[in-house]
Amino acid sequence: MSRLRRAAGRVWQVASIPLLAIVLAFIVAAFVIVVSSVFTSSGLDVFLPLGAYGSLLAGAFGSGTGISNTLVAAAPLILGGLAVGLGFKAGLFNIGVAGQFLVGAFAAAVVGASLAGAPGAVGVSLAMIAGALGGAAFGFIPGLLKARTGAHEVVTTIMLNNAAVLLLTWAVNDLVRAPGFSFPRTGDIGNSALPILLGRNVHLGIPLAVLAVFAVRWLLDRTTNGFEIRTVGQNPNAARYAGMRPVFVTTLTMTLSGLLAGTAGAIQMLGVIGFYAPGITASVGFDSIAVALLGRSDPIGILFAAILFGAFRAGAPLMQIETSVPIEIIDIIQALVILFLAADLIVRRVFRVRATKPVISELATVARTWAGGTPPGGTP
Amino acid sequence: MDAVGYVLRLIWELGVYLFTVVPDLLPIILALATPLALGALCGVLNERSGVVNIGIEGIMLMAAFFAYLTGFALHSALGPGVSIALGILVAILVGSLLGLAHAWLTVSVRADQIIAGTMMNIAAFGVTGYLNRLIITPSGLGGAGVIAPFHLPDAVANLPIAGPVLVMFFDQGPIAMSVLFIVIALQFALFRTRWGLRTRAVGEHPKAADTVGIDVYRQRYLNVIFGCALAGLAGAFLTLESTGSFQNGMTNGRGFIALAAMIFGRWTPIGAFGGALLFGTATALGVVVSIRVPEGDLGAIMRSIPSYWYAALPYLMTIVILAGVVGRSTPPAADGVPYVKEGKG
Repeated sequence: MSRLRRAAGRVWQVASIPLLAIVLAFIVAAFVIVVSSVFTSSGLDVFLPLGAYGSLLAGAFGSGTGISNTLVAAAPLILGGLAVGLGFKAGLFNIGVAGQFLVGAFAAAVVGASLAGAPGAVGVSLAMIAGALGGAAFGFIPGLLKARTGAHEVVTTIMLNNAAVLLLTWAVNDLVRAPGFSFPRTGDIGNSALPILLGRNVHLGIPLAVLAVFAVRWLLDRTTNGFEIRTVGQNPNAARYAGMRPVFVTTLTMTLSGLLAGTAGAIQMLGVIGFYAPGITASVGFDSIAVALLGRSDPIGILFAAILFGAFRAGAPLMQIETSVPIEIIDIIQALVILFLAADLIVRRVFRVRATKPVISELATVARTWAGGTPPGGTP
Repeated sequence: MDAVGYVLRLIWELGVYLFTVVPDLLPIILALATPLALGALCGVLNERSGVVNIGIEGIMLMAAFFAYLTGFALHSALGPGVSIALGILVAILVGSLLGLAHAWLTVSVRADQIIAGTMMNIAAFGVTGYLNRLIITPSGLGGAGVIAPFHLPDAVANLPIAGPVLVMFFDQGPIAMSVLFIVIALQFALFRTRWGLRTRAVGEHPKAADTVGIDVYRQRYLNVIFGCALAGLAGAFLTLESTGSFQNGMTNGRGFIALAAMIFGRWTPIGAFGGALLFGTATALGVVVSIRVPEGDLGAIMRSIPSYWYAALPYLMTIVILAGVVGRSTPPAADGVPYVKEGKG
């Protein structure tokens, strides 16, 4: 019994701040909903948040369809969260998940469509590999730039996000547009679609994403590269003196991070969307940041955080239909969660929780390398 | 030798093309550079005092929305002139308040500065999208009006050489017109006044500044709030002076391009303005190439490049500039480092 209590205590120590941050975010968002209800035709409604959160829960968990929608929405968030979290471990902030996701989705769509008639096993695996490699290439660029020149990944990855949207639109319009459709898009993926395992939409990508959780955990805890990644994240200078290669580690981490984000794009493409068309937007980018922070950049934590945000995304449409509360409230909740995690002092004051470790200690490295101070490779 | 001759001809043709096109483009370039310049000045003021702010994008977006909302709500009651003026004031106020929030988070709470900025961007995206869907879309109304640009008399505009330059800076709405003056004033203030010296001191060596009696926290608060007010003005420019409408996420990365302009200008107001003009020129040329097609071999090459590549040019340029310039320029020494007063641990 006391053993159980000790285990619970340990979980509470790690999870208390994230959980309380979510509670606080929902409380503040409730105020937003009440105050903004003044501007709607139905007027001030004090109980609107209860109705809205009720529909949100019902949409996410209230039925078999709801639960499978939650899992489907969670799968890319698991991979995206791992991408951001792995970056954090090395003291890198990959805000480029949105772009890497799109490149991965595009590559998977193109390869998948060209193998539409091939046996499923061939089409699926090659399209998945293409998506992963596309994302990896798109993560490699900012990684190498950071390692070699000190160009901070926060700005370069966001610029690459914007460039990716434009260049992929061009590619679909001019390079790979499939004939016979009224709008520019890639061809049908046919046999390259991820097999459905359960119900209407629970696809193979979901167990693959869970598998990635354990792969990243293994990489970080059990391999030399993982040890180097964690050391560089804690203290780049110490890592250099210890004979590690920060240039290599930075480039490798961003590449792997992009690979995970590209895989997220690939499973979303092959499991849900089915073809690439301009205008596909990826809320996965911002969501992944929230997921990684909420999971304290720990793979298992990220798994739970991704399921939670998957539930928000899956439940939000029902909430908007039933209560007219705009789905953008999810973005507001997300920002609030990040706020309370970044300023965990607020959470500790409100709930009178004793101080624990900082939410993610490697974040100090992200700010320290801002504006190029010194590239991780040393003075050029 | 043929290859060399070909390249020389291309360079010559590019020069001739720029010479014929750019004078007409000058006012457009300044208009495109205005939000970038104001955002970059926000960055300069923040980082010179030692606070990193990557939330400029979000602050711009939020101010753009509330400026539009004000103009939109008061348009019919007060007429366009008053409602737009109030809209600009609201944008500055929103920028200042968000600056206060960023200062509180980064200076007092000592939250991670990069995460605080990211939070600002996501919050701005969420709040503006939420209110847009809740208030503006259902009303079915549109338009908060736009400020009409000022026009110089033809006699001045047609002057040789001086004409196009005067047109560039004065055939503009009030916000774009004021940018040049703000830049000059800040350059002077930052390097020639007591306030500027204090700002640079708390950004370079807060402990030394504290020792000689400068209130580090107060100085940082003031700089962040004032800088963010400028970012708010940039937002008002986007909705009330440039487009007259609001779309979700309409800042489109401008807050981050502004940061690149700041780094390009080595954390000085005039340099940042130069960086903003460079981005404005790239954007303007990307648009104009398809309208006024250059002739000769250069034209053949430029026509063969798809328009989407020109549209991506500012973003790609940002990356190139960061990679090329950053290693060789030095940010303020205490940039991004929270200051802990002694005995306050």
